[in-house]
Amino acid sequence: MLELFNFPFFQNAVIAGIFVSIACGLIGSLVVVNRSVFLAGGIAHAAYGGVGLAFFFALPAFPTIVIFSVAIALIMAGLSLEKRERTDAIIGVLWAIGMAMGIILIDLSPGYNVDLMSYLFGSILTVPDSDVKLMAILNLMIIGIVSFYYKDFIAISYDREFAKVRGVPVVRLHFIFLIMVAICVVMTIRAVGLILIMALMTIAPFLLEQVSKSLLQMMMLSCVLNILFVLSGLLISYYLDLTSGATIILVAGVFFIIFQGVLKLIHLTRR
Amino acid sequence: MKDDGDKCVLEFQGVDFSFNSAKVLVDVNLKIYKRDFVAIIGPNGGGKTTLVKLALGLLKPDRGQIYLLGKEPSKTCHLAGYMPQYATGEKGFPITVLDNVLLGTLDANSKGIFFSKEAIEKARAALSLVGMDEFRDKRIGDLSGGQVQRVLLARAIVSDPEILFLDEPMANIDISGQCKLFDLMADLNNKMTICFVTHDIGLLSQYVKSVICVNQKVHFHKAPKITKDVAKLLMGETCPMELIAHGVPHRVLGSH
Repeated sequence: MLELFNFPFFQNAVIAGIFVSIACGLIGSLVVVNRSVFLAGGIAHAAYGGVGLAFFFALPAFPTIVIFSVAIALIMAGLSLEKRERTDAIIGVLWAIGMAMGIILIDLSPGYNVDLMSYLFGSILTVPDSDVKLMAILNLMIIGIVSFYYKDFIAISYDREFAKVRGVPVVRLHFIFLIMVAICVVMTIRAVGLILIMALMTIAPFLLEQVSKSLLQMMMLSCVLNILFVLSGLLISYYLDLTSGATIILVAGVFFIIFQGVLKLIHLTRR
Repeated sequence: MKDDGDKCVLEFQGVDFSFNSAKVLVDVNLKIYKRDFVAIIGPNGGGKTTLVKLALGLLKPDRGQIYLLGKEPSKTCHLAGYMPQYATGEKGFPITVLDNVLLGTLDANSKGIFFSKEAIEKARAALSLVGMDEFRDKRIGDLSGGQVQRVLLARAIVSDPEILFLDEPMANIDISGQCKLFDLMADLNNKMTICFVTHDIGLLSQYVKSVICVNQKVHFHKAPKITKDVAKLLMGETCPMELIAHGVPHRVLGSH
């Protein structure tokens, strides 16, 4: 098994997996406590438009998708601030348009469409060195921002009106939060793919929200759980010759069912 | 004795507010002075909570001016304490009782992950005041409704506000708890102005110094003499109700 770690592609996969796990653990926790899973899903799918743009204009993929997703996130942040009660419909609209735009642009792009699948299902085993470096930078950014605004994030997630009365910059943080979701989504596209992106952002945070005593604890443990899911999924997919992204998610899914079952049992025996 | 009781801490000048073109408050004129203990009463949907949210700058008036501690509410709201009807975060939020109260110590400049030692000491003092210090490490979701309410009160007073707004502080609290809460509020009233919302006018107490009746229009009464007419205005003539003015209970029956 150890000789596997000598292959550069596997080393890259492990490092990228750890980066993605940490970003999704942190941002996913915020997404879950803010009840913004649908919003994160919207950004993730609208990001596909960025993939289309990169293909059609032959632009460098990573920066193009980052810029496009951040733009979508800003639009969603602005619209959801103005009409909070209509946010879900607006997300649905952008979700669909972004995705359709991506597909049409790829249809119109000359040449091969093979790489397309890697954006849907992920290709953690082919992450290039340059992407790993970019991921490292984005991860540091996310960790820095989350630590700097940590207390403010608790306040706006738990009781937004009270946060406003205390003078917490609620609007600025709302935008920062959605930009971070966008960055996190773009990082995750490469590794586990668009379709499976939600799992790493929701499964561990959702499980840990029920037992954690603080957002910090929830974030840290979510990162740890995500790393376990990714690494065990990678190994299993290698030995059983399965799609890596889907295997990672299934590992997480099995853990999810066991964890919920155990919680239920504890709950029942306590009565 | 020189008291600064003549200082106006909250002023509404000709304020209108509507929600989706439905008028909630019309031409509100109001002056509340320092150290007042104000009960804001009125029927459901009469605009009590709206009045508080306007005072805190959480809502913007369609017309008119509001001054909280002499300035626009958005500039001074951090000097006020606010206890909402319920925290908007759902019950499952991963936060302890102590951390919840610590949120009340936040301001525009509190950055980083951990709270300062002083903030923690203040939060524990506030928790002791409401009798909840022993629960400080519990998750907020594990508490009863009345206990949560006491934690929210501690969160509102931890910053030593100049004016305290409480939205339905008595909901979910039993009678003996309500008496204790009134004693605590009376005690706090020595340091700060208090405005509290209640839809239950049976819950006024001898400590209350003024009453604001809110039902689209706003009437201010110095000293709680609630007459039959006021009660009629507020509640219509449909049900009998109990009033306590100056600590003496009266049963007021609507005409049948």
